[in-house]
Amino acid sequence: MTTLLYGLITGVFFGFLLQKGEVLRYDKQIGALRLQDMTIVKFMLSHIAVAMVGIYLLYDLGIVKLSLKSTILGGVVIGAILFGIGWGLLGYCPGTSLGALGEGRMDALWGIGGMLVGAGIYAEAYPYLQKTVLTWGDYGKITIPQALGINHWIVIVILLLAMLGLFKWFEQKKL
Amino acid sequence: MSKKGSWSPYFAGALSGVVAIGSVWFVGKYFGASTSFVKSAGMIEQIFSPERVAQMPYFIKEVPAIDWQWMFVLGIALGAFVASKLSGTFKIQMIPDMWAERFGIATRPRAIAAFIGGIIAMFGVRLANGCPSGHGLAGASQLAVSGYLALICFFIGGMISANLLYKGGEQR
Repeated sequence: MTTLLYGLITGVFFGFLLQKGEVLRYDKQIGALRLQDMTIVKFMLSHIAVAMVGIYLLYDLGIVKLSLKSTILGGVVIGAILFGIGWGLLGYCPGTSLGALGEGRMDALWGIGGMLVGAGIYAEAYPYLQKTVLTWGDYGKITIPQALGINHWIVIVILLLAMLGLFKWFEQKKL
Repeated sequence: MSKKGSWSPYFAGALSGVVAIGSVWFVGKYFGASTSFVKSAGMIEQIFSPERVAQMPYFIKEVPAIDWQWMFVLGIALGAFVASKLSGTFKIQMIPDMWAERFGIATRPRAIAAFIGGIIAMFGVRLANGCPSGHGLAGASQLAVSGYLALICFFIGGMISANLLYKGGEQR
Protein backbone atom coordinates (compact mmCIF):
# COMPACT_ATOMS: atom_id res chain seq x y z
CA MET A 1 0.00 0.00 0.00
CA THR A 2 2.80 2.41 0.93
CA THR A 3 4.55 1.50 -2.32
CA LEU A 4 1.43 2.48 -4.25
CA LEU A 5 1.25 5.79 -2.43
CA TYR A 6 4.91 6.50 -3.22
CA GLY A 7 4.17 5.74 -6.87
CA LEU A 8 1.31 8.23 -6.91
CA ILE A 9 3.32 10.97 -5.18
CA THR A 10 6.35 10.49 -7.46
CA GLY A 11 4.04 10.59 -10.48
CA VAL A 12 2.40 13.81 -9.29
CA PHE A 13 5.81 15.50 -8.97
CA PHE A 14 6.91 14.21 -12.36
CA GLY A 15 3.64 15.19 -14.06
CA PHE A 16 3.83 18.64 -12.48
CA LEU A 17 7.33 19.19 -13.89
CA LEU A 18 6.46 17.76 -17.32
CA GLN A 19 3.60 20.24 -17.49
CA LYS A 20 5.76 23.17 -16.32
CA GLY A 21 8.42 22.28 -18.89
CA GLU A 22 5.77 22.25 -21.69
CA VAL A 23 6.72 18.68 -22.52
CA LEU A 24 3.13 17.43 -22.66
CA ARG A 25 2.28 19.24 -25.88
CA TYR A 26 1.84 17.56 -29.25
CA ASP A 27 3.41 20.64 -30.85
CA LYS A 28 6.56 20.27 -28.74
CA GLN A 29 6.93 16.51 -29.30
CA ILE A 30 6.36 16.68 -33.04
CA GLY A 31 8.37 19.93 -33.07
CA ALA A 32 11.37 17.95 -31.84
CA LEU A 33 10.87 15.22 -34.45
CA ARG A 34 10.67 17.89 -37.16
CA LEU A 35 13.82 19.51 -35.69
CA GLN A 36 12.02 22.79 -35.07
CA ASP A 37 11.77 22.93 -31.28
CA MET A 38 14.07 21.04 -28.91
CA THR A 39 12.05 21.60 -25.70
CA ILE A 40 11.53 17.90 -24.99
CA VAL A 41 15.16 17.07 -25.75
CA LYS A 42 16.32 19.81 -23.35
CA PHE A 43 14.02 18.41 -20.67
CA MET A 44 15.13 14.79 -21.20
CA LEU A 45 18.85 15.52 -21.32
CA SER A 46 18.67 17.79 -18.26
CA HIS A 47 16.89 14.99 -16.42
CA ILE A 48 19.54 12.47 -17.47
CA ALA A 49 22.41 14.85 -16.59
CA VAL A 50 21.19 15.27 -13.01
CA ALA A 51 19.93 11.73 -12.48
CA MET A 52 23.05 9.95 -13.75
CA VAL A 53 25.32 11.91 -11.40
CA GLY A 54 23.01 11.33 -8.42
CA ILE A 55 22.37 7.67 -9.13
CA TYR A 56 26.04 6.81 -9.66
CA LEU A 57 27.06 8.74 -6.52
CA LEU A 58 24.55 6.70 -4.51
CA TYR A 59 25.62 3.56 -6.35
CA ASP A 60 29.28 4.11 -5.47
CA LEU A 61 28.26 4.60 -1.84
CA GLY A 62 26.42 1.28 -1.96
CA ILE A 63 23.06 2.93 -1.25
CA VAL A 64 21.17 2.08 -4.44
CA LYS A 65 21.09 -0.80 -6.92
CA LEU A 66 20.94 -0.43 -10.69
CA SER A 67 17.99 -1.90 -12.58
CA LEU A 68 19.23 -2.44 -16.12
CA LYS A 69 17.26 -3.58 -19.14
CA SER A 70 18.86 -6.12 -21.45
CA THR A 71 20.45 -4.95 -24.66
CA ILE A 72 18.74 -7.27 -27.16
CA LEU A 73 19.54 -5.74 -30.54
CA GLY A 74 16.52 -7.31 -32.32
CA GLY A 75 14.00 -6.19 -29.72
CA VAL A 76 15.46 -2.80 -28.86
CA VAL A 77 16.30 -1.61 -32.39
CA ILE A 78 13.19 -2.90 -34.18
CA GLY A 79 10.89 -2.11 -31.27
CA ALA A 80 12.24 1.38 -30.67
CA ILE A 81 12.05 2.33 -34.37
CA LEU A 82 8.47 1.00 -34.49
CA PHE A 83 7.69 3.00 -31.37
CA GLY A 84 9.13 6.09 -33.01
CA ILE A 85 6.96 5.65 -36.10
CA GLY A 86 3.86 5.40 -33.92
CA TRP A 87 5.04 8.31 -31.76
CA GLY A 88 5.32 10.54 -34.83
CA LEU A 89 1.64 9.84 -35.59
CA LEU A 90 0.38 10.09 -32.02
CA GLY A 91 2.54 12.96 -30.78
CA TYR A 92 2.63 11.65 -27.22
CA CYS A 93 4.60 8.86 -25.56
CA PRO A 94 3.04 6.50 -22.97
CA GLY A 95 3.83 8.67 -19.94
CA THR A 96 3.14 12.03 -21.56
CA SER A 97 -0.20 10.84 -23.00
CA LEU A 98 -1.62 10.71 -19.47
CA GLY A 99 -0.04 14.05 -18.62
CA ALA A 100 -1.43 15.62 -21.81
CA LEU A 101 -4.88 14.42 -20.81
CA GLY A 102 -4.31 16.00 -17.40
CA GLU A 103 -3.82 19.44 -18.93
CA GLY A 104 -6.89 19.07 -21.15
CA ARG A 105 -5.54 17.59 -24.40
CA MET A 106 -8.42 15.32 -25.29
CA ASP A 107 -6.80 13.89 -28.43
CA ALA A 108 -4.49 11.96 -26.08
CA LEU A 109 -7.51 9.75 -25.29
CA TRP A 110 -7.46 8.26 -28.80
CA GLY A 111 -3.79 7.49 -28.32
CA ILE A 112 -4.35 5.92 -24.89
CA GLY A 113 -7.05 3.71 -26.44
CA GLY A 114 -4.70 2.73 -29.26
CA MET A 115 -1.91 1.97 -26.81
CA LEU A 116 -4.16 -0.32 -24.76
CA VAL A 117 -5.05 -2.18 -27.98
CA GLY A 118 -1.36 -2.28 -28.94
CA ALA A 119 -0.48 -3.77 -25.55
CA GLY A 120 -3.16 -6.45 -26.04
CA ILE A 121 -1.83 -7.29 -29.52
CA TYR A 122 1.71 -7.51 -28.17
CA ALA A 123 0.59 -9.92 -25.46
CA GLU A 124 -0.87 -12.17 -28.20
CA ALA A 125 2.32 -12.00 -30.28
CA TYR A 126 4.71 -12.42 -27.34
CA PRO A 127 5.15 -16.24 -27.44
CA TYR A 128 6.22 -15.97 -31.10
CA LEU A 129 8.43 -12.89 -30.61
CA GLN A 130 10.11 -14.50 -27.61
CA LYS A 131 11.39 -17.28 -29.85
CA THR A 132 12.46 -14.99 -32.71
CA VAL A 133 13.15 -11.23 -32.50
CA LEU A 134 13.87 -11.32 -28.77
CA THR A 135 16.72 -13.80 -29.26
CA TRP A 136 18.53 -11.75 -31.92
CA GLY A 137 21.74 -10.18 -30.61
CA ASP A 138 21.25 -10.53 -26.85
CA TYR A 139 24.16 -8.84 -25.07
CA GLY A 140 22.55 -8.96 -21.64
CA LYS A 141 22.35 -6.17 -19.08
CA ILE A 142 25.35 -4.06 -20.02
CA THR A 143 26.28 -0.44 -19.41
CA ILE A 144 28.41 1.81 -21.61
CA PRO A 145 31.33 1.87 -19.10
CA GLN A 146 31.24 -1.94 -18.91
CA ALA A 147 31.21 -2.28 -22.68
CA LEU A 148 34.16 0.11 -23.00
CA GLY A 149 35.94 -1.24 -19.94
CA ILE A 150 36.38 2.20 -18.36
CA ASN A 151 35.27 3.90 -15.14
CA HIS A 152 31.69 5.17 -15.17
CA TRP A 153 32.72 8.70 -14.16
CA ILE A 154 34.71 9.09 -17.37
CA VAL A 155 31.56 8.28 -19.34
CA ILE A 156 29.48 10.63 -17.19
CA VAL A 157 31.87 13.56 -17.67
CA ILE A 158 32.02 13.01 -21.44
CA LEU A 159 28.22 12.84 -21.62
CA LEU A 160 27.86 16.01 -19.53
CA LEU A 161 30.25 17.89 -21.81
CA ALA A 162 28.42 16.62 -24.90
CA MET A 163 25.07 17.74 -23.42
CA LEU A 164 26.43 21.19 -22.59
CA GLY A 165 27.72 21.54 -26.14
CA LEU A 166 24.36 20.49 -27.52
CA PHE A 167 22.48 22.93 -25.24
CA LYS A 168 24.74 25.75 -26.35
CA TRP A 169 24.06 24.89 -29.97
CA PHE A 170 20.26 24.71 -29.36
CA GLU A 171 20.33 28.19 -27.82
CA GLN A 172 22.44 29.64 -30.64
CA LYS A 173 20.06 28.20 -33.22
CA LYS A 174 17.02 29.17 -31.07
CA LEU A 175 15.66 25.62 -31.28
CA MET B 1 12.63 32.74 -21.91
CA SER B 2 9.84 31.53 -19.64
CA LYS B 3 6.38 32.23 -20.92
CA LYS B 4 3.42 32.72 -18.65
CA GLY B 5 3.10 29.84 -16.23
CA SER B 6 5.93 27.82 -17.72
CA TRP B 7 9.45 27.04 -16.56
CA SER B 8 12.58 26.60 -18.61
CA PRO B 9 12.72 22.98 -19.86
CA TYR B 10 16.30 22.79 -18.53
CA PHE B 11 15.12 23.72 -15.04
CA ALA B 12 12.00 21.50 -15.05
CA GLY B 13 14.00 18.61 -16.53
CA ALA B 14 16.80 18.94 -13.98
CA LEU B 15 14.28 19.05 -11.12
CA SER B 16 12.61 15.92 -12.50
CA GLY B 17 16.06 14.32 -12.36
CA VAL B 18 16.15 15.12 -8.64
CA VAL B 19 12.72 13.46 -8.28
CA ALA B 20 14.09 10.38 -10.06
CA ILE B 21 17.08 10.22 -7.70
CA GLY B 22 14.73 10.48 -4.70
CA SER B 23 12.56 7.70 -6.07
CA VAL B 24 15.52 5.36 -6.55
CA TRP B 25 17.01 6.30 -3.18
CA PHE B 26 13.94 6.05 -0.97
CA VAL B 27 11.72 3.58 -2.78
CA GLY B 28 14.15 1.74 -5.08
CA LYS B 29 11.98 2.49 -8.13
CA TYR B 30 13.13 3.69 -11.53
CA PHE B 31 10.79 5.63 -13.83
CA GLY B 32 8.78 3.80 -16.48
CA ALA B 33 5.31 4.01 -17.97
CA SER B 34 4.56 1.50 -20.70
CA THR B 35 4.26 -1.65 -18.56
CA SER B 36 1.20 -0.03 -16.99
CA PHE B 37 -0.54 -0.15 -20.37
CA VAL B 38 0.11 -3.90 -20.51
CA LYS B 39 -1.28 -4.33 -17.01
CA SER B 40 -4.32 -2.20 -17.86
CA ALA B 41 -4.96 -4.16 -21.07
CA GLY B 42 -4.69 -7.36 -19.04
CA MET B 43 -7.10 -6.08 -16.41
CA ILE B 44 -9.62 -5.15 -19.12
CA GLU B 45 -9.27 -8.55 -20.81
CA GLN B 46 -9.69 -10.27 -17.45
CA ILE B 47 -13.23 -8.91 -17.25
CA PHE B 48 -14.15 -10.88 -20.39
CA SER B 49 -11.97 -13.99 -20.22
CA PRO B 50 -10.06 -14.41 -16.95
CA GLU B 51 -9.07 -18.03 -17.72
CA ARG B 52 -7.44 -17.05 -21.00
CA VAL B 53 -5.50 -14.15 -19.46
CA ALA B 54 -4.30 -16.41 -16.66
CA GLN B 55 -2.50 -18.69 -19.12
CA MET B 56 -1.04 -16.11 -21.51
CA PRO B 57 2.76 -16.02 -21.11
CA TYR B 58 2.99 -12.22 -21.35
CA PHE B 59 0.38 -11.71 -18.64
CA ILE B 60 2.16 -14.28 -16.49
CA LYS B 61 5.33 -12.20 -16.91
CA GLU B 62 3.56 -8.86 -16.39
CA VAL B 63 0.78 -9.72 -13.95
CA PRO B 64 -2.28 -7.51 -14.59
CA ALA B 65 -2.54 -5.66 -11.28
CA ILE B 66 -2.13 -2.15 -9.95
CA ASP B 67 1.47 -1.58 -8.83
CA TRP B 68 3.93 1.26 -8.13
CA GLN B 69 4.31 2.19 -11.79
CA TRP B 70 0.56 2.15 -12.47
CA MET B 71 0.06 4.67 -9.68
CA PHE B 72 3.05 6.65 -10.98
CA VAL B 73 1.41 6.96 -14.41
CA LEU B 74 -1.89 7.98 -12.81
CA GLY B 75 0.07 10.52 -10.76
CA ILE B 76 1.50 12.06 -13.96
CA ALA B 77 -2.05 12.91 -15.08
CA LEU B 78 -2.89 14.35 -11.65
CA GLY B 79 0.34 16.35 -11.41
CA ALA B 80 -0.17 17.79 -14.89
CA PHE B 81 -3.75 18.71 -14.01
CA VAL B 82 -2.65 20.49 -10.82
CA ALA B 83 0.22 22.31 -12.53
CA SER B 84 -1.93 23.46 -15.46
CA LYS B 85 -4.73 24.62 -13.17
CA LEU B 86 -2.33 26.53 -10.91
CA SER B 87 -0.60 28.25 -13.80
CA GLY B 88 -3.79 28.90 -15.75
CA THR B 89 -2.63 26.88 -18.76
CA PHE B 90 -5.29 24.15 -18.46
CA LYS B 91 -7.31 24.13 -21.65
CA ILE B 92 -9.68 21.58 -23.15
CA GLN B 93 -8.37 21.08 -26.67
CA MET B 94 -9.57 18.49 -29.19
CA ILE B 95 -6.98 19.11 -31.93
CA PRO B 96 -3.37 20.26 -31.39
CA ASP B 97 -2.45 23.58 -33.04
CA MET B 98 0.25 22.18 -35.33
CA TRP B 99 -2.11 19.45 -36.53
CA ALA B 100 -4.99 21.90 -37.11
CA GLU B 101 -2.76 24.21 -39.12
CA ARG B 102 -1.81 21.39 -41.49
CA PHE B 103 -4.83 19.07 -41.54
CA GLY B 104 -7.73 21.20 -40.29
CA ILE B 105 -9.91 20.90 -37.22
CA ALA B 106 -11.91 17.77 -38.18
CA THR B 107 -11.82 15.28 -35.31
CA ARG B 108 -11.81 12.04 -37.28
CA PRO B 109 -8.42 12.27 -39.07
CA ARG B 110 -6.68 13.21 -35.82
CA ALA B 111 -8.49 10.43 -33.94
CA ILE B 112 -7.49 7.82 -36.54
CA ALA B 113 -3.84 8.94 -36.61
CA ALA B 114 -3.60 9.04 -32.82
CA PHE B 115 -5.28 5.64 -32.41
CA ILE B 116 -3.18 3.86 -35.04
CA GLY B 117 -0.09 5.69 -33.81
CA GLY B 118 -0.90 4.46 -30.31
CA ILE B 119 -1.18 0.83 -31.45
CA ILE B 120 2.15 0.93 -33.31
CA ALA B 121 3.90 2.87 -30.54
CA MET B 122 2.83 0.50 -27.78
CA PHE B 123 3.62 -2.64 -29.78
CA GLY B 124 7.07 -1.25 -30.52
CA VAL B 125 7.75 -0.08 -27.02
CA ARG B 126 6.90 -3.46 -25.53
CA LEU B 127 9.16 -5.16 -28.06
CA ALA B 128 11.91 -2.74 -27.05
CA ASN B 129 10.97 -3.41 -23.39
CA GLY B 130 10.84 0.27 -22.46
CA CYS B 131 9.52 3.68 -23.41
CA PRO B 132 11.08 7.18 -23.36
CA SER B 133 10.73 7.01 -19.55
CA GLY B 134 12.02 3.49 -18.94
CA HIS B 135 14.76 3.43 -21.58
CA GLY B 136 15.15 7.12 -22.33
CA LEU B 137 15.29 8.53 -18.80
CA ALA B 138 15.89 5.65 -16.36
CA GLY B 139 18.02 3.57 -18.74
CA ALA B 140 20.14 6.46 -19.96
CA SER B 141 20.65 7.73 -16.38
CA GLN B 142 22.11 4.32 -15.51
CA LEU B 143 24.35 4.49 -18.60
CA ALA B 144 22.66 1.36 -19.98
CA VAL B 145 23.60 0.53 -23.57
CA SER B 146 19.95 -0.40 -24.18
CA GLY B 147 18.83 3.06 -22.97
CA TYR B 148 20.94 5.05 -25.42
CA LEU B 149 20.30 2.63 -28.29
CA ALA B 150 16.53 2.88 -27.72
CA LEU B 151 16.65 6.66 -27.35
CA ILE B 152 18.41 7.05 -30.70
CA CYS B 153 16.03 4.62 -32.43
CA PHE B 154 12.95 6.34 -30.92
CA PHE B 155 14.02 9.57 -32.58
CA ILE B 156 14.97 7.92 -35.88
CA GLY B 157 11.51 6.30 -36.15
CA GLY B 158 9.77 9.46 -35.02
CA MET B 159 11.65 11.67 -37.43
CA ILE B 160 10.69 9.36 -40.30
CA SER B 161 6.95 9.34 -39.60
CA ALA B 162 6.55 12.95 -38.43
CA ASN B 163 8.43 14.29 -41.44
CA LEU B 164 6.51 12.08 -43.87
CA LEU B 165 3.25 13.21 -42.28
CA TYR B 166 4.09 16.90 -42.58
CA LYS B 167 5.94 16.63 -45.87
CA GLY B 168 5.09 19.26 -48.44
CA GLY B 169 2.88 21.21 -46.08
CA GLU B 170 5.26 23.91 -44.91
CA GLN B 171 3.16 26.89 -43.99
CA ARG B 172 5.86 29.20 -42.76
